[in-house]
Amino acid sequence: MNHVLTLSTLCAALTLSLSAHAGDPKAGKPDPKLRALVDQAIAASFLPGEGQDLSRLKQDDTQRICSDTRNNPDAKQAADITAREAGNIKHPENGKLMGDWKKGEKLFAAGFGMRIGKIEPDPVAKQKGGNGGNCYACHAADPKEVAAGNVGPSLTGYGKLRGTGDDIVKYTYEKIYNPQAFTACSSMPRMGHNGILTPEQIADITAYLLSPESPVNK
Amino acid sequence: MNWKLYSLATALAVAAPLAWGEASVAEYRAALADKDGNPGSLIIEKGGELFKSPRGPKNVSLEKCDFGLGAGKLKGAAAQMPRYFKDTDRVQDVESRLVTCMVTLQGFDEKEIKAKLYADHRINEDNTPLEAMAAYVYAQSDGMPINPPMKHPKEKEAVKLGEALFWNRYGPMDFSCATCHSEDNKRVRLQALVNHYNKKDISATVSAWPTYRVSHGAIRNMQHRMWDCHWQMRLPDIDYGSPAAVAIIAFQANQARGEKFNLPGMKR
Repeated sequence: MNHVLTLSTLCAALTLSLSAHAGDPKAGKPDPKLRALVDQAIAASFLPGEGQDLSRLKQDDTQRICSDTRNNPDAKQAADITAREAGNIKHPENGKLMGDWKKGEKLFAAGFGMRIGKIEPDPVAKQKGGNGGNCYACHAADPKEVAAGNVGPSLTGYGKLRGTGDDIVKYTYEKIYNPQAFTACSSMPRMGHNGILTPEQIADITAYLLSPESPVNK
Repeated sequence: MNWKLYSLATALAVAAPLAWGEASVAEYRAALADKDGNPGSLIIEKGGELFKSPRGPKNVSLEKCDFGLGAGKLKGAAAQMPRYFKDTDRVQDVESRLVTCMVTLQGFDEKEIKAKLYADHRINEDNTPLEAMAAYVYAQSDGMPINPPMKHPKEKEAVKLGEALFWNRYGPMDFSCATCHSEDNKRVRLQALVNHYNKKDISATVSAWPTYRVSHGAIRNMQHRMWDCHWQMRLPDIDYGSPAAVAIIAFQANQARGEKFNLPGMKR
């Protein structure tokens, strides 16, 4: 009974969140004039100089479509995005998608870095990726960590529910590497593709989420 | 002048690590809402002194600065900004207009003004004159409804552009403003995120800026908030008073239209 209730509540919530965009001001239609204005404004609003990296302003095709449709791509656009993004996923050189969950635990929490500019840049060594995923900003995981954000779904018990079969290992690794290979215009950063985490680090976080030893699944 | 209330800041800073449960977070927020103990008021007072003092190469005050209601008319001016200005032929917020006046009236060099925009909270710096004066100008609209004009085509365009920029995803995190700020009841870690499409939410935020940020020991204006968010998005520094920053502020003000300013605010 409880399960049925929970499930129906979940379905209702899901339907709500999926339909929330229909006909509301958030649902965007690409508007070339507005896009030109946006590009002009950006070009005039970030100045070159010490510590700046203007190449970060340049959108790839996926970012552009997601921006112009306000994360509501049509079916064709969505299919293009997931196909393109699936094509750029790389596995670790040793082929192991389940790494060391203890390393993954640290990487899941760590995340400072990659901030640039003249005002408050991170140390140069930290401006590249590879510092951590900062996953707790958006996701719950270890139930002992109460200061977890909720922009993304809770991952507490993630592996307990799913086991450690090859398919779920591969899915979990690839979802972290590039969430848009599965969900076009997902809010989640493309952690591997954008160089926030290395393939080896993603394998460690995969282990942290899936290993029965991990506090996520205790 | 020691216008930081260290004891209050310390008390709130100590309260922060205790904010584990939702109840504690609510208590913490209630403490922050206590306007009487807001150190920001003292910074605003200092900003007023600076505003009225002769400064710059021309050694004049800013009392003749036109914020849209006429030269020297500050009361309610910020509540009707961003707005279009004929002399600069662009939409300006309080802060970009302040820079215009510092250049045209006082003879400051824009590059020099922008060389040091914000207090560095990491070394406990006091607010810059620019920050204090901007807060002062905003404070002259305390209690007044946010109601920027939407008559000039460029004013309408700024709001539309600001909303499009709000949804623009760029940088290595694939973030846009909307990633964090377009749904109810979202948090990064324990920090609550304002939903710009929830009238109550966005009104409470816009009406409380400038705000005293306890974690910074300084008052912060919306241009700083724009810089901070873009910096966290791992983008380059967004330019002070730039078209993109002003457009996003115009979008925010439009979303909060009708809400009365309650200044200064106090936040984490």
